[in-house]
Amino acid sequence: MSAHEATAVATHQPGSKKLFMWVWFWLLILTGIEVLLAYLRLEPHVMLVLLVGLSLIKSALIVAYFMHLRFEKIGLFLIIVPSLVFCLVMILIFVFPDSLRIVALHNIHP
Amino acid sequence: MAELDIDAVAGAAWGGGVAPFATNTKKLGMWLFLLSDSLTFSTAILAYAYVRLASPAWPRPFEIYPAIANATFLTFILLSSSLTMVMAVAAAHRDDVRKAVMYIIFTAIGGAAFVILHLMEWFRLFAEGVTPWSNHYVVNGQPGDPLFGGTFFGLTGLHMLHVSIGVIYLCIIAFGFGKRKFNADHVEVSGLYWHFVDLVWMFIFPMVYLMSVNLTVKP
Repeated sequence: MSAHEATAVATHQPGSKKLFMWVWFWLLILTGIEVLLAYLRLEPHVMLVLLVGLSLIKSALIVAYFMHLRFEKIGLFLIIVPSLVFCLVMILIFVFPDSLRIVALHNIHP
Repeated sequence: MAELDIDAVAGAAWGGGVAPFATNTKKLGMWLFLLSDSLTFSTAILAYAYVRLASPAWPRPFEIYPAIANATFLTFILLSSSLTMVMAVAAAHRDDVRKAVMYIIFTAIGGAAFVILHLMEWFRLFAEGVTPWSNHYVVNGQPGDPLFGGTFFGLTGLHMLHVSIGVIYLCIIAFGFGKRKFNADHVEVSGLYWHFVDLVWMFIFPMVYLMSVNLTVKP
């Protein structure tokens, strides 16, 4: 077990119990704000932008603190996050113009 | 049988003497898997957004009670189970086996509760007549788009599958860590998977539930 113990020491976890409780608390607050938005009867596109924005903040909190990415070597962040963003942007470039075309068709033939 | 030291083998294969990301191969492998899995969910959610936008009769059936209240409670369960998982990883790194196993079991119980409550909601919808290929909703005088059920059960089902696999995974890790067959790194890697499942729900909850709140009924 000595090699295992050595690894455990080498990858020792920063972040305290208090910090994790705070992150959990803020995630609950952001969830509460999202649910409140559902009561406000906003326009769908405003609602969508706000919800996606809040969800991105929540996922950033989870990845940074719960998944410890903030405390890892910067190289790990650099191979994961930019490649994910790149793939998502590529998907959006292909999909979005077509979904807008369909919206335009609805307007012509309601 | 001598235990295989994965870290030593990985070190030999790399040959550079240092791990490139200052992490073990298990963790790097899990990160890369989660990267590909996040693309699976991203494309599924984008496909849902696409068919929803393209449909002239997309139903918005979820009322604040019971559907939204139930989904909010599910979110609370998943977030809390993530908290207990973080505590489990911290305890495992402190070599506090008893506490780590206890927290992993709490996390698994949270996951199991999520699956059971979510399945109860599914069966409530089935009883109402909402299936993956049909529904009884009427939108602007037209029958509701059957793709509503397809995307709803597809997205939440794919996520529920991940939660179920996570519960089994956590039980194996709790058992193995309790028996000292696994070390703290194994617990940490299972934690990464669990937080990812939580993260995906942070997108499914607003996109599938909150964007489909029934606005015709006063809350």
